Amino acid sequence: MAILVDESTRVLVQGITGSEGRFHTKVMLDYGTKVVAGVTPGKGGEKVYGVPVYNFVEEAVEEHPEINSSIVFVPAKFAADAVFEAIEAKLNPIVVITEHIPVSDSLEFVNYARMKGIKIIGPNCPGAISPGKTKVGILPAKLFTKGGVGIVSRSGTLTYEIADAITKAKLGQSTCVGIGGDPIIGLDFIEVIKMFEKDPETKGVVIIGEIGGDMEEKLAEYITKKGVTKPVVAYIAGRTAPPGKRMGHAGAIVAMGKGSAESKLEALKEAGVPVAEIPSQIAELMKRTLTQ
Amino acid sequence: MKLHEFEAKKIFSEHGIPVPNGKVASNPEETEEIAREIGKPVMLKSQVLVAGRGKAGGIIKVKNPEGAYTTAKKLFGMKIKGLQVKKLLVEEELKITKELYLSLTVDRSARKYVFLASSEGGMEIEKLAAEKPEKIVKVAINPLVGIKEFQVRKIIQRMGLQEYFKQVRGIIKAFKEIASRYDCELVESNPLVLTEEREIVAADARIIIDDNSLFRHQQFQRRFEEERGEMTQLELTALKEGFSYVDLEGSVGVIANGAGLTMASMDLVAKFGGKPANFLDIGGGASAERVRKAVEIQLRNPKVRGVLVNILGGITRCDEVAKGLIEALEEVKIQKPIIIRMQGTREEEGRKILKEAGISYLDTMEEAAKKIVEVVKGVSD
Repeated sequence: MAILVDESTRVLVQGITGSEGRFHTKVMLDYGTKVVAGVTPGKGGEKVYGVPVYNFVEEAVEEHPEINSSIVFVPAKFAADAVFEAIEAKLNPIVVITEHIPVSDSLEFVNYARMKGIKIIGPNCPGAISPGKTKVGILPAKLFTKGGVGIVSRSGTLTYEIADAITKAKLGQSTCVGIGGDPIIGLDFIEVIKMFEKDPETKGVVIIGEIGGDMEEKLAEYITKKGVTKPVVAYIAGRTAPPGKRMGHAGAIVAMGKGSAESKLEALKEAGVPVAEIPSQIAELMKRTLTQ
Repeated sequence: MKLHEFEAKKIFSEHGIPVPNGKVASNPEETEEIAREIGKPVMLKSQVLVAGRGKAGGIIKVKNPEGAYTTAKKLFGMKIKGLQVKKLLVEEELKITKELYLSLTVDRSARKYVFLASSEGGMEIEKLAAEKPEKIVKVAINPLVGIKEFQVRKIIQRMGLQEYFKQVRGIIKAFKEIASRYDCELVESNPLVLTEEREIVAADARIIIDDNSLFRHQQFQRRFEEERGEMTQLELTALKEGFSYVDLEGSVGVIANGAGLTMASMDLVAKFGGKPANFLDIGGGASAERVRKAVEIQLRNPKVRGVLVNILGGITRCDEVAKGLIEALEEVKIQKPIIIRMQGTREEEGRKILKEAGISYLDTMEEAAKKIVEVVKGVSD
């Protein structure tokens, strides 16, 4: 099992001829990800590490009907167009790595994808990995190992940090999903946690949140109202961030009185979710809750 | 990117939203002249990109052109929250019978645009939301569908403006048009007012454009690069180098890769009793050159008493980080303690480089944060 990406995932890389697309195509292939084809307008007919490149998503899918998901490395100016193209081809999920996409663009493709029942991971995210199965993203695979902890995070490197600690604690991960650091993103915490609930391989879930928005508060509300059967632990970054300033991620901003770390910590604690004070505690907390 | 009030009002006016009669002045003489043209009491409004201008004394009512001159002289010499007043918006004083609130913004969790409206305006919307949430109506707008008539009706009814339906409807529609045309994070009028002449006028106007969309709005892009409102000089320098950087109050410089990890590093410094001087995210895959620049920015900052470097290499390579660090130390020659935590891609190579240069490193971010706090405390005592 695992969620979102697994052995059956067949990947299309959009923006495959750019430096990031090229580099990560290689890294994904080395990991064993089934990268089937790539798309860059105007570069049809080329090959990238043996992967054929097409001008249109439609062409790629006609030639390789097994393609079922996409990863987007297309620069921000053109990224929305690429995502719409993937939605029209019914690829699911679509992982959007690109940072700096205008919010108005994300609002459109995220709503369109939801209407069509297609899952968008990102934008501005590291993608997803199901260790031992596949990786559709840019996460450094050697920090991950197959196991029972699901991780869902708004951050990149902080996810690697915590995944590494979980690996070292011999717990391992079922799937790690970086849902993105932008204000408008596709999948949210609640949707991913619902998937982890249904996944038999996942024994517990780690939430890595940060300041900005109210996704953590909404998750806490969901846990309080609906309940979850699997243990959930959390870490929230940005306790020392000043209001009104964007902390690296476009979405990491305490604005209009909303999105502070305190509000998130309080909501999660009220929902009975243990929150780690420092990142390395996550592994301990998870171990403790899993053995209880 | 925040627009000045006068810029926002120009856009409002171009979209048919009534704004007070007024003009922008760059000196006391111009201020006097505009006041004379208007021919009645005017408001002098400092054009600085900070919240709370009014409370800080940046908005003053004057009765006549002579008064406008002397008051303008004072205002032009003033700094409001650290920002020099360079422009005044000189506007007719409105005869207001009611203050209202209207804005269009993005609802992150609903993934929609949202209109916020209230029959009570003038005070901060955050305050209103906390004290009288029942006074605010929220109407979500699907970006693929746009605003529908029933939504317009709902907003107008809740604002209590049925009598002025046509006028307000025009304003609501214009807000949506402005938001789409300029990729806005916020279009706001607080207060939107009803005047004695029974007109609805945007007494104040705020527009925030999404920074990521500026490539579509060349007319603002240059201004954005020249003048970034509340940013400090250090923030500007770091931004020019392409770093995510935020100035803070403390003494520990923080460098890490990735926004989440950098925030977590700051939080750890605070947790162990220190205070972060800043947030510097070098991003993914930084070269030695970028690392050198990041370390230099820290060393040259007089507030920084010590630097924490926290690298977890994924696409970032530890050997590049180590090289950049050493180059910076050789070049800058400012002695400040640096504590390094480095792990991940090319860790061995990176550590070897540091060892050969006689620089020590730690394995975990907790150890490193604890250590830098101890060291910096030692320096300041």
